[in-house]
Amino acid sequence: MPTVSMTVNGKAVASDVEGRTLLVDFLRENLRLTGTHVGCDTLQCGACVVHVNGDSVKACSMLALSAEGAEITTIEGIANPDGSLSVLQRAFQDHHGLQCGFCTPGMVMSAADLLKRNANPSEREVREWLEGNLCRCTGYHNIVKAILAAAAEMRGEKIAAE
Amino acid sequence: MQYAAPQTVEAAIDLLTSHEGAHVLAGGTDLLVQLRSDRVAPEVIVDIKRIDGMKSIRDDSGGFRIGAAVSAAEITEHAGLGAAWPGLVEAAGLIGSTQVQGRATIVGNLCNASPAADTTPALIAAGARIVISGPTGTREIPAEEMTTGPGRTTLAKGELVEAVRLPTRAARSGDAYLRFIPRTEMDIAVVGAGVSLSFDDAGMCQAARVALGAVAPKAVLVADAAAALIGTAIDDAALEQLAQACAAACNPIDDKRGTIEFRTQVAGVLAKRAAVAAKERAFAAQK
Ligand code: FES
Ligand code: FES
Repeated sequence: MPTVSMTVNGKAVASDVEGRTLLVDFLRENLRLTGTHVGCDTLQCGACVVHVNGDSVKACSMLALSAEGAEITTIEGIANPDGSLSVLQRAFQDHHGLQCGFCTPGMVMSAADLLKRNANPSEREVREWLEGNLCRCTGYHNIVKAILAAAAEMRGEKIAAE
Repeated sequence: MQYAAPQTVEAAIDLLTSHEGAHVLAGGTDLLVQLRSDRVAPEVIVDIKRIDGMKSIRDDSGGFRIGAAVSAAEITEHAGLGAAWPGLVEAAGLIGSTQVQGRATIVGNLCNASPAADTTPALIAAGARIVISGPTGTREIPAEEMTTGPGRTTLAKGELVEAVRLPTRAARSGDAYLRFIPRTEMDIAVVGAGVSLSFDDAGMCQAARVALGAVAPKAVLVADAAAALIGTAIDDAALEQLAQACAAACNPIDDKRGTIEFRTQVAGVLAKRAAVAAKERAFAAQK
């Protein structure tokens, strides 16, 4: 079996994988980082979004071997260094941006990529950015609110939770 | 299944030639799904993303050369392409979702040979040429000759696409791509229409290319539709002729996404709107 090495959440990892192993399965099965979810494994739901070299990617859309040498960040790597929730994660909590939580890791990882590219997105831009992230519970409304609130807080403004 | 990531085109061609079931992997957004559902079972997957030049968009004597592994997102973010070929760029922006665009490539879209591929009619309308390398050397074909039917291409064994070449853009030119889907995001085209136009000093259309997707077993270049526009100012009469020529070129399937009658009518409507948008862009680019 070939070996793949990459950096995941700042740590160098290496492991034997089969050619057909998806990045998402590598993260969950080999590294036991089960925060990244699998809702479909056919590129539709977005529950598996991680960052690959800084860009949000559906981890089911990539072979583990294609990630050779890449820098990967998963939901486990998003909290503050002291373990407390990041501004974005806390905004999801404060604004009820999740119910069952299945879509949440993917939502947070997609939103983090958006906020890196656009510090002041409009509601429409947030909704459009989330086109590839499906949620069966929330109706999206509070997810969008959470992301807008996180963006405002990161810009130094403050929006009260309801 | 073996995974290989060669660093040269020659090494990739060797792999494709020496294995019976070898499959090229570009973005992987179609291939990995087909792999997971056992629709394909390649012996070797040849990842072309590590080959020099496959990931770059280069100036090509006034036109562009887009490497086969360039993602749709890299195309939508490229200012030069956006200015010269906004229609192709908007088609790239319709593939899948944000993250899928980060992986998917327009060459993959073309080679996957879905009749409903969004970027294919835009490429055909743009007059794109496809650079193909194989065991016997390199050849170039027009985009409309790439596919022969659903899932089928004209690539011979051992061949792979290296790049797409877009021609130099004449002054007063514009293109547009429109598709119809029943919702707003993440869907497969029921009909797609790509139009590219160039105008002379007097505002008359002097060159036109019209291509339709999802209305036949492969994306089609509709010469009669282009002929209806050339020599006109894209007035209502010309647009009506265009719609009729598009309808005549349709040979669609009847399915839950759209009936034959619906697709045939919408093809004309979209082609008209795309022609109007392409014209507006041609003159907006003037300033
Ligand atoms: S598991 Fe990757 S998109 Fe659904
Ligand atoms: S919170 Fe349940 S799927 Fe989104």
